[in-house]
Amino acid sequence: MRPLKIIVLAKQVPDTRHVGPDAMKPDGTVNRGKLSTVFNPDDLHALELALNIKDRIPGTKVTILTMGPQKAADIIREGYYRGVDDGIMISDRRFGGADTLATSYTIVQGIKKIADYDLIVGGRQAIDGDTAQVGPQCADKLNIPQVTYVEEILDFNDTQIIARRRLSKGVETVSSPFPCLMTVHGSSPECRSRIAKNVMRYKYARTKTEMRKGDPVLEKLHKKRPHLVIPEWSVEDIDADINKIGLAGSPTKVKSVSSIVLTANESKVLTDSDSDIEGMIKELIKHHTIG
Amino acid sequence: MNKMKSVFVYCEIENENVAEISQELLSAGKRLAQKLGAPLEAMVFGNNLNGIESQISPYGVDKLFIADDSKLDPYRTLPHAALAYKILKEQDPQIVLFGATSVGRDLAPRLASKLNCGLTADTTILDIGDHFVKKEKKEYTDLLYAIRPAFGGSIMANIINWDMHPQMATVREGVMKKEIIDENYKTEIIEINANEVLSDEDFVVEVIERHIEESGVNLKESPIIVAGGYGVGSKENFDLLRNLANILGGEVGGSRAAVDAGFIDHNRQIGQTGTTVRPKLYIAAGISGAIQHTAGMQDASMIISINNDPDAPINAIADYVITGDLGVVLPKMIKYYKENAK
Repeated sequence: MRPLKIIVLAKQVPDTRHVGPDAMKPDGTVNRGKLSTVFNPDDLHALELALNIKDRIPGTKVTILTMGPQKAADIIREGYYRGVDDGIMISDRRFGGADTLATSYTIVQGIKKIADYDLIVGGRQAIDGDTAQVGPQCADKLNIPQVTYVEEILDFNDTQIIARRRLSKGVETVSSPFPCLMTVHGSSPECRSRIAKNVMRYKYARTKTEMRKGDPVLEKLHKKRPHLVIPEWSVEDIDADINKIGLAGSPTKVKSVSSIVLTANESKVLTDSDSDIEGMIKELIKHHTIG
Repeated sequence: MNKMKSVFVYCEIENENVAEISQELLSAGKRLAQKLGAPLEAMVFGNNLNGIESQISPYGVDKLFIADDSKLDPYRTLPHAALAYKILKEQDPQIVLFGATSVGRDLAPRLASKLNCGLTADTTILDIGDHFVKKEKKEYTDLLYAIRPAFGGSIMANIINWDMHPQMATVREGVMKKEIIDENYKTEIIEINANEVLSDEDFVVEVIERHIEESGVNLKESPIIVAGGYGVGSKENFDLLRNLANILGGEVGGSRAAVDAGFIDHNRQIGQTGTTVRPKLYIAAGISGAIQHTAGMQDASMIISINNDPDAPINAIADYVITGDLGVVLPKMIKYYKENAK
């Protein structure tokens, strides 16, 4: 079996499992500064799937690609700690506010710059939007097949890969030729832990923007060890059309948001009268509990 | 008069029938089409679809595109995407709806990329409305409001798309009400020859094996549960609960006492020895609230208790306590839901 070139798409996401009241800005966009961030859970499964193939096929090269603000360089370092060969960061203020269409365009511009790949893997969906759209949209823009909800890689040969998909009502085994894009389901194996040796090797890995603060010790270290410089691609680096990125390239916009009323501690006591029951039904509809 | 662009629905086939979610979408699509004064159109791709239109027309579909070919079943992304793309490109609808299912969430994003349009995922409410774009100083009318829970379910977001059409959305299962318009609704049928549209390139992914589980009881996944206890009184009285569950798009469950009494099947038992559920809404009818039961449902977001006994233990964890006879209360809930739901 020939070695494969795998790109892992990973995203740093606000931890939506711990959301405070100021998590959203008045314009309906996420107030990222107010939230702790995590490696998107499904993307960790995708990383494991890629590293597992690397274990099985010697010489396989895994590159982790992320798009986000500077802080997202954590994702690249985390990838190194767990065993990827390369990391690339797409970061530029002008990419901000992108919906899935603009995001997939941007990521695909990055993938085209990498150019040489057999397999692209990413998580099924990210917990900040739960859309599950960017994977299939990237596959379309690259004009390659997509295999969504992958649970396990069953087999591969030089020309094709066989995977089991987890569907909401069952499972399906499919084969796809290379190159293809897979989105990985949370029912696949958990990602391996960090490897101490890798943490030592990469803990000072930084993008050049992160280096701007001017730390002489780090600068010296980066000159000596070029593998610590995380490549950072801007709008110009990936030759992106300014009209297709960020807010301008995003067809979907948030018109308004409303908070969902959480369970009250006090019960409302009602009778079986028409007015009581109609009042309750109206409240339930208003609060989107039913409707 | 300028003909309004259509509302379009992608129909899924499940066990040789139109999937439940697609029937819900046709109804939701019809309601939007009626608000807009636009036609409702649909597409369905599969194998042995002879007579399938009889399951689709009654929802008020004006035009139906059918591609019937053995290569289109089971669903594969590329051929379905290529067919849907060709139809949508030619028909140029203003709104396209998909189920937020394994199929819809695989197909819709690929299509949105092809069509270079917006797509809102997992919507639970659809409506039509206007939007003023400050930057352009322009009022856009008759837009799709695609409303969805966001951010881990802590907020509802209204997503719009005013400039890159069609406006597409995937819609969660079980939230839209099914409504037959007319059993004999006149639908124009357009048959698509898949072989003329598709090439070998569209079939490079092969399905080797498939195991689809029978869609049985799915209490865990249901956002709304109407559960009954011993207080329901009889097997027949559970029909009252079933009616409410059906109209709300929920499932029926029961306490251990109700199961032991033979009022309801044991696979619908909720509690320590049954299924643990965390629905958005839990309606407990005639359930006293033994710990054995509440342990399996106390994490519901909203609990309504209907009981003759004002001191039933379950009332302590309920958001709404209705003291009264469920034979009176449940039909009233149905009545007022019908009157007030969109």
